[in-house]
Amino acid sequence: MPRRTMIEAIRDAMDVMMSRDDDVVVFGEDVGYFGGVFRATQGLQAKYGTSRCFDTPISELGIVGIAVGMAAYGLKPCVEIQFADYMYPAYDQIVSEAARLRYRSNGQFTCPLVVRMPTGGGIFGGQTHSQSPEALFTHVCGIKTVVPSNPRDAKGLLISAIEDPDPVIFLEPKRLYNGPFDGHHDRPVTPWSKHDLGEVEDGHFAIPLGSAAIRRQGQAVTILAYGTMVHVAQTAAAEADIDAEIIDLRTLLPLDLDTIETSVKKTGRCVIVHEATLTSGFGAELCALVQTRCFYHLEAPIVRVAGWDTPYPHAQEWDYFPGPARIGRALIETLEA
Amino acid sequence: MPMPDQNLTDNTMSSRREPVRSPEPVPLKLHVPEPAVRPGGKPDFSNIRIPRAGQVDRPNVDVDAEAIRDLAFSVIRVLNRDGEAVGPWAGALSESELLEGLRHMMTLRAFDARMQMAQRQGKTSFYMQHMGEEAVSCAFRKALLPGDMNFPTYRQAGLLIAGGYSLVEMACQIYSNTHDPLKGRQLPVMYSSREHGFFSISGNLATQYIQAVGWAMASAIKNDTKIAVAWIGDGATAESDFHAALVFASTYRAPVVLNIVNNQWAISTFQGIARGGSGTFAARGLGFGIPSLRVDGNDYLAVHAVAKWACERARRNLGPTLIEHVTYRVGAHSTSDDPAGYRPKTESDAWPLGDPVIRLKNHLIVRGAWSEERHKQTEAEILDTVISAQKEAESYGTLHSEQRPTARDMFEGVFAEMPPHLRRQRQEAGV
Repeated sequence: MPRRTMIEAIRDAMDVMMSRDDDVVVFGEDVGYFGGVFRATQGLQAKYGTSRCFDTPISELGIVGIAVGMAAYGLKPCVEIQFADYMYPAYDQIVSEAARLRYRSNGQFTCPLVVRMPTGGGIFGGQTHSQSPEALFTHVCGIKTVVPSNPRDAKGLLISAIEDPDPVIFLEPKRLYNGPFDGHHDRPVTPWSKHDLGEVEDGHFAIPLGSAAIRRQGQAVTILAYGTMVHVAQTAAAEADIDAEIIDLRTLLPLDLDTIETSVKKTGRCVIVHEATLTSGFGAELCALVQTRCFYHLEAPIVRVAGWDTPYPHAQEWDYFPGPARIGRALIETLEA
Repeated sequence: MPMPDQNLTDNTMSSRREPVRSPEPVPLKLHVPEPAVRPGGKPDFSNIRIPRAGQVDRPNVDVDAEAIRDLAFSVIRVLNRDGEAVGPWAGALSESELLEGLRHMMTLRAFDARMQMAQRQGKTSFYMQHMGEEAVSCAFRKALLPGDMNFPTYRQAGLLIAGGYSLVEMACQIYSNTHDPLKGRQLPVMYSSREHGFFSISGNLATQYIQAVGWAMASAIKNDTKIAVAWIGDGATAESDFHAALVFASTYRAPVVLNIVNNQWAISTFQGIARGGSGTFAARGLGFGIPSLRVDGNDYLAVHAVAKWACERARRNLGPTLIEHVTYRVGAHSTSDDPAGYRPKTESDAWPLGDPVIRLKNHLIVRGAWSEERHKQTEAEILDTVISAQKEAESYGTLHSEQRPTARDMFEGVFAEMPPHLRRQRQEAGV
């Protein structure tokens, strides 16, 4: 089976969908001729022409705004915001328009739109190249939020997102673009070609939105994670020698609550991990859901390991990023509770 | 309806600024534009420059924006003070089309009056009328073809009426009753009708302006022949979406007509607050290389002629056009607003462009196609039609009646398929 990086898998997903469906259009800043600052759209303009893949002015609200209009016409735009940190000018179009169009028009107009955004830290990106704004999307009714953690999922989930009849926010952990990252920044990075999930089949395949994946079966504690934190959590559990069950949520909304509930009822303990800041982060929702649905099975308080409630710093990257050591301590704390 | 030629400078512009002679810095002062008159004062529109009807040239549709810069600072007008249609923009409509247009405007006015009253009677929570702006949306609609898409604001219901949309459905939406096509989910007047080329209205200002550009781009991507029409008010041009729409429309030469309805007021804020130092709203288009026109928004014939010109440009793939419709918001901003708090009560009487209904009526009388008697008779007929539509709508319920969309409807349509968490919430709600 062919091996692909996450970037290649994402590009392949768009390529597959553009060739299958003439209504799929791809655009954003530097997305056309140049192929994207992360190379995610490389070659698409040459293959499909400038009317299917093109550069836009630097205007996030403009990019999402025209995409909403195109989707209302009947196209399926798959657009790129260069960094999730720069989505804020488009937030009104996402929240007030894309998310509500079907509801407010009673289905007369719909918004089959995908907004791709590189997200997350661990790359010395500082304040505006590292943020994880997923909670700002999961709080919005009418949009779906997806965060893949590996090339195979990235392709299968992006294909599902493009085929989905509703708007999807597709957050791509840029730290994972070229290889998995377990939080050990002082060790050489392994490429995806050495990882099982770097195997990505050719052609069309879809991974349904709203389904989590169990990355490691375990009995002692359930770890809920997504994106880069899936890999960090796996390493943390291994290093602490804890028999953790690790769930990669993949889709934050709709959420695969059944998989979560089954796991926590089995282990009786739950640790939630995300890069985003703690307060009102998506972990709070997960915590509330687990507490409500698994209360009589819980043997310890649910613990959240998250980014600190500060803007993402530059020099203090590894003091900020929830690495394997912090997660390991949380796991031990939970087991000793 | 006297319309004297006026050539006075705009008093909100700092045209008499003294040159600074001293090299010393001076204490800076913040400039905050103020309308010429406030409540209690004498209405004054001397700052509005109005050329004689028929004076402005009609360029070819493939003209360069730069060659018609003056059109962004003038006002295209067809009907003169004697009610005659004059000049190069006249003659686009037949008598029967004009009679139909008059009927549309009268219907919108009558509908507004009834719905305004219905709100006061507690049959609905909210309404926004069009008084004085009827020509803008009614006349523009007649320049469109089936399949074209409007991206309206909340003050273009004339697009629906002139497009043959049912008054009953409009009233049902306003009443949020069992026949409300939007199932009670939307505030009154936030209509939506794909079938009638009327995009779903959002409460968030200006968002639809850039969406219209995207819709037009989609039409171009698919090598379609349909065009999009964007609508915005004077106040909302200050929103970022307005700027983005002009950039994208210009960059991709999108087949879109970008309308600005300058009714002088954004709730309590006079248009100078949004316009600032720029001469006109139309002038904003020039910096983007978009041909930009100003039109007498109370002149049905002029609005239609300009709309037709701009639509033809779009249909011939010549790109976008920006149109500033110069009009006046005669009514309150909404049923929740009292204009007496910020502008003279009689200001609308002093508005130099008059009343769009009366002007078209007078024109048809001058042409010998209409009379005062027929007008009165038609007014009564239209009122009957509107009242019977209203009654039918009320038979399906009003806001506080028992007949309303179900709580189950509330959970539908958030997504194409209801996700598990919403199913659980619907269950919890017991519906």
